[in-house]
This record gives sequence, C-alpha cells and structure tokens, in this order.
Amino acid sequence: MSTVAAAAHTAHAHHDDRSFIRKYIFSTDHKIIGIQFLFLSLFFLLVGGILAMQIRWQLGFPGKPMPGGTLLPETMAPGGVILPEYYIQLVTMHGTFMVFFAIMLLLVGVYANFLIPLKIGAHDMAFPRINMASFWSAVASGIVMLASMYVPDGAARAGWTMYVPLSAREDLSGAALGQQLWSVSIILFGLSSVLGSLNYITTVINNRAPGMTWFRMPLSIWALFITAILGLLAVPVLAGAAIMLLFEQVLGTHFFDPASGGQALLWQHLFWFFGHPEVYILILPAMGMVSDMIANGSRKPIFGYHSMVFAICGIAFLGWIVWGHHMFVSGMNPTLGSSFMVSTLLIAVPSAIKVFNWMGTMWRGNLRFHVPMLNAIGFVAMFTIGGLSGIFMAATPVDMFIHDTYFIVAHIHYVLFGGSLFAIFGAIAYWFPKMFGRMMSERWGKVHFWLTMVFYNCTFFPMHIIGMAGHMRRLYDPTIYDFLKPVQPMNEFISWSAFALFASQAIFFVNFWWSMFKGEKAPLNPWEDNGLEWTLPSPAPHGNWETPPTVYRGPYEFSAPGVSEDYLPQTKKLPTDREPALTPAGGH
Amino acid sequence: MNWWLPPQASTFAPSIDLGFLVILIITGITFVLVEVGLIVFVIRYRQRPGQKAHYTHGSTPAEVIWTAIPAVTMVILGIVSNGLWVKIKGRNSVPANAYTIGVHAKQFEWWITYPGPDGKLGRTSTSLIQKTTNPTGLDPDDPASKDDIVVRNQLHVPAGRPVVVYLSSEDVIHSFYVPQFRVRQDVVPGLEIKAWFEATVPGQYELGCSMLCGMGHYKMRAQVFVHTQADFDAWVAQRASQAKGEGTS
Amino acid sequence: MRRLGAVAVVGAGLVVLALATVRRPAGAAADGATVTGHVKLTGKAPANPAIDMGEEPKCKAKYTTTPTDPVVVVGKTGGLANVFVYVKTGLPADAKYPTPTTAVEIDQNGCLYHPRVFGVMVGQGLAIKNSDGVLHNIKALGKKNRPFNISQPTNMVTQRAGFTVSEVMLPFECNVHGWMHAFAGVLPDPFFATTGDDGTFTIKGLPAGTYTIEAWHEKYGVQTATVTVKAGETKPADFTFTAK
Repeated sequence: MSTVAAAAHTAHAHHDDRSFIRKYIFSTDHKIIGIQFLFLSLFFLLVGGILAMQIRWQLGFPGKPMPGGTLLPETMAPGGVILPEYYIQLVTMHGTFMVFFAIMLLLVGVYANFLIPLKIGAHDMAFPRINMASFWSAVASGIVMLASMYVPDGAARAGWTMYVPLSAREDLSGAALGQQLWSVSIILFGLSSVLGSLNYITTVINNRAPGMTWFRMPLSIWALFITAILGLLAVPVLAGAAIMLLFEQVLGTHFFDPASGGQALLWQHLFWFFGHPEVYILILPAMGMVSDMIANGSRKPIFGYHSMVFAICGIAFLGWIVWGHHMFVSGMNPTLGSSFMVSTLLIAVPSAIKVFNWMGTMWRGNLRFHVPMLNAIGFVAMFTIGGLSGIFMAATPVDMFIHDTYFIVAHIHYVLFGGSLFAIFGAIAYWFPKMFGRMMSERWGKVHFWLTMVFYNCTFFPMHIIGMAGHMRRLYDPTIYDFLKPVQPMNEFISWSAFALFASQAIFFVNFWWSMFKGEKAPLNPWEDNGLEWTLPSPAPHGNWETPPTVYRGPYEFSAPGVSEDYLPQTKKLPTDREPALTPAGGH
Repeated sequence: MNWWLPPQASTFAPSIDLGFLVILIITGITFVLVEVGLIVFVIRYRQRPGQKAHYTHGSTPAEVIWTAIPAVTMVILGIVSNGLWVKIKGRNSVPANAYTIGVHAKQFEWWITYPGPDGKLGRTSTSLIQKTTNPTGLDPDDPASKDDIVVRNQLHVPAGRPVVVYLSSEDVIHSFYVPQFRVRQDVVPGLEIKAWFEATVPGQYELGCSMLCGMGHYKMRAQVFVHTQADFDAWVAQRASQAKGEGTS
Repeated sequence: MRRLGAVAVVGAGLVVLALATVRRPAGAAADGATVTGHVKLTGKAPANPAIDMGEEPKCKAKYTTTPTDPVVVVGKTGGLANVFVYVKTGLPADAKYPTPTTAVEIDQNGCLYHPRVFGVMVGQGLAIKNSDGVLHNIKALGKKNRPFNISQPTNMVTQRAGFTVSEVMLPFECNVHGWMHAFAGVLPDPFFATTGDDGTFTIKGLPAGTYTIEAWHEKYGVQTATVTVKAGETKPADFTFTAK
C-alpha cells in the first residue's frame, strides 16, 4: 500500500468547525502557533537587521549623516548624524532583538512548536492552551521592547548584557523608562519561554507514538528537548535577575550597589549563569535540524547517532559550568578563571564530535544539494569557524587580550549567523511545504544562499582581524584612537559588505512571502524524508493524525540495503518488522 | 592596515602572542581539515545516476579518535595556558618591587595618581572627591598623599620595571586596556583590583576603556608614555615641582 | 428700547472690563519698581584651581595662559561675578508670567560653560551649543526637575524643552571634562539677574511690595536682603561676601 493512501486514511478527517479567530489568531494548534512565532520572529529579525545597518553606518563612516537619518528624531540623530547615546542604544537593542526575539523564537518558538508533535506522532502539545499563552506573552514582551525605543530619553543602552551599575542607574546612563521597560520585557519573555519549555518537555516524554523510543527520535527533537530543559532551568535565572534589576531601577533596592553593601559582579554571575546555557539554546536546535537535513541530503543515516545524542547532552551539561569564561577579567577571583578555562576548553570537544559526524554523514553519500542541504552544509562550514575562534577565548591569557574586542563579535556572529541563521534558512525551506502546502523557490533559495554566504563572510571574517588589532566593542567612533586609525578602512569594507548582506535578504523575504501564496504546490514528501510529518498532507491538518501512527525504526534509514527507494519512512511496516509492545510512555 | 596583533611593548606580550599563534596553528589545521574535507566531499560524493550512498550508522573507532585527540589537545592547552594566567593574574603575581600607580576611572576620564618621591600612594576616600580640586579623593590627613601627583588622562611608566596599577571606579564598570601591553582588567565600583605589567619599549601608546560605560565610553582615552627610568624620574620631579609652585595638590 | 440699549452698553462694558482684568497677565508692569545693587567680595580672593587641558588639545589651544576653573571671579573694583540674585519671596502667589519664546543659550567653549551661572524661566527653552568640536555630555542634575544627560559629539546646537518646576540652583556638568560646571536658576518669574565682573545687578518691573532678595554664590553660599518698593521706585540692595 502506498504511503500516500495510508496517509490519507490516518489524516484527521473530521470536520474542523473552529472560528477564524480560534483557528488562526487565538489558536491552540501547535502548528499554527509555530507559524505565528515564525511571522513574529521574522519581523524581529528585520528589526534587528535595520538596527545593525545603522550601527554599520556609524562605524564605517563615523559622524557622517546617515541616509534616511533625518527621519529620526533630534534626540537620536540630529541632521542625520547618529549621537553617541543613540549608538549605544542601537548596539543594545540589536543584540536584544536578535538574541531573544529573532533567534530564540525562530529556533524554539517556531520549530519546537511545529516539529515536536509532528515528529513524535502526537496530536498536539501536552498543554495546548499553555502553548497559546507562550506565544501571546512573547508578543506582549516584543511590544514592550519595541515601545522602549520610543519613550522620552530613549531605549536601554548598557549593551544586551545590561551590566550594572550602568543599567541600574539613570543618572549614569541617561535613560530611565527605556531601561525599565527592557527589564519588564525580559520578565515577560521569561514567562513565554518557561511556558514553552514545560510543553516541549512534557510532550516529548509523554506523547510519543507507539514505537517511537527515545533512540528512534530524530536529532532535531533530541536537540529541542534538551534545549527545553536548558530553558526551563536557565531562563528563570534571567527573569529573576531582571526582576532584581527592575527593583533596583524603580524601588531603590541595593542588590548591585556597592555603596550599600551590594555587588556589581552579582549581575554578571546571574546573567551569565543564564547566558551560557542560553547560547546553547541558540545553537542546539539548529544542530539538530541540520542533522536531519544533512542525513536527508546525503541519503545516508546520520553518522554516529548515539554519539550525536551524547554530544547534545554533553554540550548541555557542560554548558552549566562554563559561565565564568565571560568574566575572566571582570574582577572575579582569578582562580575561578582557571577552573572555568578547563570546562570551557572541554566543551569544544562535543561540538567537534558533531562536526566530524556531519562530515561522516556526507562521506560516501549520494549528495543532493537542495536549498536546505546547502544551508546545512553552510552551517557546518561556518559554525566550525565560530567554534574554533572560541578556543582563543577559552585560553584565559589570550582572552585577556581579545575580550571585549571585535574578535568576540566575530565569534558571536559566526555561531549565531553563520551557524544558527543558516540552519534556520535551511529549516524554513525544508518545512515550508508542511507549513503552507507550497514549495519555496529552489532557484531563488540558491541565489539567496550564495549571496548570503559571500557577503556574510566579507562582513564578519574581517572582524577577527580588527579584533586582533585591539578594536574594542561598542565604540561610537574608533578613530578617536590612533592605534585604530589604520584599521578604519576595514571598518568601511565591513560596512559595505553588511549593506550588501542586508540587501540580499530581500531575496529570502520575497521568496518566503511569494511562495506562501504562489509557490508550487507541495507533495506529501517533497524531500523523500523518513520523518513522521512527511506522511501527513501538506499543510498538515488540525490534530495531525486521527490515530497515532506506529513507528518501526529510526529516522535516518536512507539507502538501506534491500529497499528499492533510497529512503525508508519510520512508519512504513516491512514484513520483517514487529509491532511495538506498548507505547513508549506506557499507554496513551 | 594592520593584519596582525599590535606591536609588543610589555613582558607579557611575547607569551600571550605565542599562545595566540599556537592556538591559531591548532585551529588552523582543524579549519583546513574540515573545510577542505567538506569541499572534497561535496565534489566527490555529489549525486550521480546509479550511485548509491554507503549505508552505515557510524564507526566507534572513529568516534574514539576524534573525541580523544581534541580532548587531549584541549587539556594540554589548558595546562599550559594556566601557567601563564597564574603568572599574570594570580593571587601572588604582583612582583614585590612593583611601582605603584593609582588609576581612578570615572565617566569619562582616567585620573592617575603617582606616589611621588616617598614612593607611597596616599589614602583616598570617595567622600573627599571634589571634581576640579580633588578628583581622586586624596585624603589630606594621610602624610603619604602630600607628594602624590594626580594627572588626568596620562599614564607615565618606566620601562624595564614592574608597575602595579590600583584600579578604582567612581561610578560604573570600566576596563583598563593597553593593547600593546596586552593588559586588560575591568575596573569595578566597590572592588579594589590590582593589575600589573612591565613595559619594555619606550614610546607612546594609548589606554582605552574597554567596557561600555555610557555615552562617552569611546572618548575615555588616556595617553601612555613609557619612559626610560631616567626620563621617568625627571618627569616625576618636574611634575612635583610644578605642583609645589602652583599650590594645588 | 433706549433703556435696554443703555443696559446693554453698560453690561458689555462691564464684561469687557472684567475680561480685560482677567486676561491681562500680571507681568513686568510698565510702571514696575526696580531693585538694583552691587555684590562685593572682601578679603583676598583665592586663586582659582588650574585646569590641565593637556589631553584635550582643541580646547587647550584656545588659551594663551593656563586655564583656570572660574569659581571666584572678582572684577577690578572688587565686584563678585557669577552671583545669582533673585526674588525669593514676596510675589503674589497666583501671579503668572509669560514664558519667553527665546531660548537661553549655554555655550561650551574652551571646555568651559558660558555663561557659568544663569537664570531661566520655567518652560523657557535651552539652546545648548558645542563650540569646541569635541565630545561634551551635558548632564542637568535636577532634583525637582527631571534630570537629563545628552551628548554632543561635535559642533552643534541642541534645543531642549524647558524645565517644569522652579529650582534654585540646578547644576550642570560634563563628565568628559569633569571640571566643567554651570548653574541654572530656574524660576517661574523673570525677576532675576546674574552679576558680571563689576558685581552689579538690576531687577526691573517688580510690582509694589516687600520682597526677600537672595544672592547665591557657588562657593560663598547665600545671603538675603529685604526690600520694599513702591510703584516706579528704584531701591538698592547690596551684598558683601567675605573670602575665607
């Protein structure tokens, strides 16, 4: 019996009588919520990009009037010339929007929601209404953060890391309400994140279909599951710190005020205790999805599946004990510097394992270079650079020199953009058919990939060089320093590359929106993949399956011997397969 | 256009730069292996009619090798780096004969205190700070402060002698950073932090603030002068007599 | 009919008179009184602290001798400059004075504020000028008014909306150049003046009445004097500060 007919039988057949509002606005359907997160996060990706363009204008052409700058109020850019206080708002809000509202929401908000029930064979999340609350609290958080840019005196401006005392004291920063709203927004964001994590963890533990054992789960789901645990434990620390900061800003508490017995470094410990697991939240789901896309593109099982699972767990575990590497020169006891160096150097190992396993997957494969595969390979190539640059920082004596320079900025962007964002571009193209029932344009996807790859490297690779020259972060005008004047031409080159990079994203945005309405209609399983979601119609119906499917094998049985096609869906029963005894969670 | 690290002007610089180079070599080899490997695979294993992928779930020996080699490399790197770290930042790292200089950071200036002929820095107190006349809060009741020389945005040090800076902040977190010395240390309000270095090459350098400290962060720059010991002594003497003549401290 | 017309005219006249009385703001009356005086410093004026502008060459270049922080400025005839003299009490409680439409200009020139001491009315705009072409930040340390902290990285003029409540004195400082100080007297009325080098001040247009006049100096503190004036009269009020 063909897979298509089987899917038609098992697809949710009963009449869906929800109202438009219930179906698309206040929806409890995990797929709709995932799509809502997609629209929300792509909007914030654009916001973050616009802020970046202004930063690059000022760095490339310090003190020159910015095109379009006269549209900004006099408090930000009189005569189009960016003011120093506006510049530090730009760097703060660029980091804030990109980390929380773009990447976190794109990786977790979109794909944890969209993929988990589909790929484990569940109808929906364990708590659909909590899921809806998770989305709308993210919206509230985003609105507050956007609003903070429009209040008198302007937005928060102490860097996305918000170090105290600068962030706590308006007499030192020049901003009161803007800083307070940042704290409020982060508290709301924390709520959204924790609500999401509760769902993802519970659903993966409890709602797997019969036969979907832990080690038959795709790596994307493993990664999203482990990420959800990280979020559940780390994000409340951030929210707690943000509450303390808000109290400091508004109620006159003295947690961080040394004149009254507080400690400035307390903020850093709290923030980075969250912040380091956070950066693994920002990469693990990408790694998981890349595994799915590379196995599919290589037509081969993932190389070292168990090692990959252990590597995810290893990264997550070690991620809790490395936070001090952000604080080597902070004034923290240098002995801690030694211990954090050891743990940080060790965390390079599981990431290296993953890179070698991806290469092993491609080795002797039958490689198909569809857009998701291109982006996934791009991820591996770029993440490798980002991960390797991290080793320089892990070695404390070298970090003394490159801390707070553009070498760090290069590292951040190689892992977040070169890594996560390329994976996201691939994932969007990959699961677009299951979301919207249409294919994105393959040709324009390739054009976008190549342009992005070139301009991205032209933008961020030179940042390693200027960082080595000692170029500090968050400088409004580097030419104040004689030792930086020689590298100013590089700043200009980076800015031009960044403008071209931003412009190239128009191709992605047009492809995305146009394809949603006019793209080629998608078949059930356009990528010839094995996952459960590909047995459902495109787009997948509300409730997914009427009865949960049965799973007979892992997700990466590509090019299996004795099978005519080069893929073998998880739910396809072969004569040699036995029925699973019980559902993995012991009942449904 | 500079393509490499800044010129070396302290005793730390060669060791740190060597560490950088060693890591560059290790990561460079890995980089080449991975990127060239990817390119080779992309070309060699691209799909062709009649080609089938090689069905395998992995290789335990491969996993062991590519786990062990990175792990051992990282451990060795850590041990070697730690030696240098302890030497620079360790609890007992400041040499006994280091020349003491007070560095008081505030939005957006560096106020630098030299101990004068008595070689001792006077006591300071934040409650005594007066913007124009006493920016570092020198305590006039402490005899050691009588000959202290306070200078705005100029760090003068002798070459060939360890210098320890006593870092204090009046308001937010700043960071003391001289690229050519390879020295960086955050300056935290409420904490008394020392950082030491030994300059080697006479000349003019720059001290930059390396922690976002507000809207004037980019302008928080001081000039650094590394003198021969003789020139340094002459500078101190000249400033000391200047201070006496003006009747200001 | 004629009776009605007469009543109408008288009524209209009364209305106009009432309106005119209500609408005419109590302002600097044309027949207002004047308080004028002289502020002196007795004793030897202390030397003003020297400012090392070595690390701000663009500002240092504007001076031929070592610049000093002009805390105590005494003119040739012993007059004390930069004394802010204003009416502290005595004005009618419900009096409202028109806010000037012209802004008060503060200039940063040679890394010093000019003027150092000035008065500004509540709601009157500030035009902050940077004539130095180097970064200054302007921090207004209001306690009753909302403080602000803005920067000017180059030659420019920033218009700021006025302060909202009376505050004597409201300090200004620059954090890039810690020696820079200015002081603003924010008042709801126009009855204030700042002494120049000759130490003299004149406050015009006061309605008849008894007033407490206060003289404020940043180093020597405040002194008060009581003055009673009749309409059109000019009365003196002198102040003497002693150098310590």
